[in-house]
Amino acid sequence: MRDALVILAKDLRIEWRTREGLSSVLVLGVLLVVVLTIAQDPSPETAPTLAPGVLWAAFVLTGMLGVQRAFVLERENDCLAGLLTAPLDPAAIYAGKLASNVVLLGVTQAVVVPLTGLFLHLDLVPRLPALLLVCLLGNVGFASLATLFGALAIRVRAREIMLPLLLLPLLVPLLIGAVQATCAVLVGGLAAASSGLGVLAAFDVIFAVAGWLLFAYVVRD
Amino acid sequence: MVGPPLRAEGLARRFGGMTVLAGVDLALETGETVVLLGPNGAGKTTLLRILALLLAPTDGRLLLFGSDAARAPAALRRRIGYVGHEISCYAELSAAENLAFYARLFRVSEAPGRIARLLAWAGLDGTGRRPVRTYSRGMGQRLALARALLHEPDVLILDDDAVERLQQQLLELRAAGHSTLLATHDVERAAPIASRLAILHRGRIAWAHDGRGADAAVIVAAYRAVVAGSA
Repeated sequence: MRDALVILAKDLRIEWRTREGLSSVLVLGVLLVVVLTIAQDPSPETAPTLAPGVLWAAFVLTGMLGVQRAFVLERENDCLAGLLTAPLDPAAIYAGKLASNVVLLGVTQAVVVPLTGLFLHLDLVPRLPALLLVCLLGNVGFASLATLFGALAIRVRAREIMLPLLLLPLLVPLLIGAVQATCAVLVGGLAAASSGLGVLAAFDVIFAVAGWLLFAYVVRD
Repeated sequence: MVGPPLRAEGLARRFGGMTVLAGVDLALETGETVVLLGPNGAGKTTLLRILALLLAPTDGRLLLFGSDAARAPAALRRRIGYVGHEISCYAELSAAENLAFYARLFRVSEAPGRIARLLAWAGLDGTGRRPVRTYSRGMGQRLALARALLHEPDVLILDDDAVERLQQQLLELRAAGHSTLLATHDVERAAPIASRLAILHRGRIAWAHDGRGADAAVIVAAYRAVVAGSA
């Protein structure tokens, strides 16, 4: 746990200093929200059913960009070798990178969610706690899987293509659960979102444990 | 865990159908500087990555300090310092920040003092607060060596290039009694540093010398003969 926090602190320090990952992710997120909402021009009645698709399309696309950036840091100067020669469990590297991906996506969500509410004329304030829960569960699930595949993708040549190819098919259950839960929260409240939240929680547990166990095999030759 | 720092017995490594190491026997005794020579593609980097516990061998056995490296790798990593082709330091952090990061991972006690001493030893004390991306190749390699020495390892493993820019530091380490394994194809610069030499060619140790009376001309002749396939 301590090693994971050391890696998280290092990643956040580098991100704070360069703001390269965050700025590109935020610009992409805002652009996606603008394009997707303007293209649909929804009525007040259809806006709550459109918002989940807009939000999760933006989260997934920006999230993949963020995960790739997180592992580019380790590829530069072969810093990954420095981590792997240290006396720490590779699972701690996974946990640290997972946490930094969760933070980066969380910051994106903090910008994209209010912007989507603004463009779709949705009053999100009454539903904010439930929406935050859905975002957090979706964020952790996405980052659990994306961190594992991000580590795998940096080892191959066509890494920019490999990550979406590997990741997107496996994200389908998470996206279905997240879109359903978001829609249910916007239309009916937290109680209506229980089945979607269950899918998200199960996804989080399964892929966080899988990542924890498999990361060592992914990063070592 | 006692025993010689490093003993490799029949180490082999295949990548798919390609055999890179075909049974390497190599030993490093306490206080020795063993120089592993070999042309590009000889398998030096693969061998050193196995010895640094970054890569598992396909076959053979590696003993570190008398312990089977496959059984307790985390404890053994603490006793190894490794410098690869790249410097393994983050470009956007300063030298001091990079060393502080690794000091936390290696649980280095009294880290600030140790970092300051190492930066001074590596000639980086004046530039220790600058981002590493502004460093020259030589400065980066001195930082990589400082990073590898940070946790006071019992064995230092260095891969290529280092000998060209770090000759002074390597001579100091040899004089201080460090156990060092160094791979290079720079035969002439390596000779004064070595207490023993070996030539790796086509995945095997093709020539070995105990270092006594070995001048650069003898080593260069042996190296050329091995690489030309006549040894």
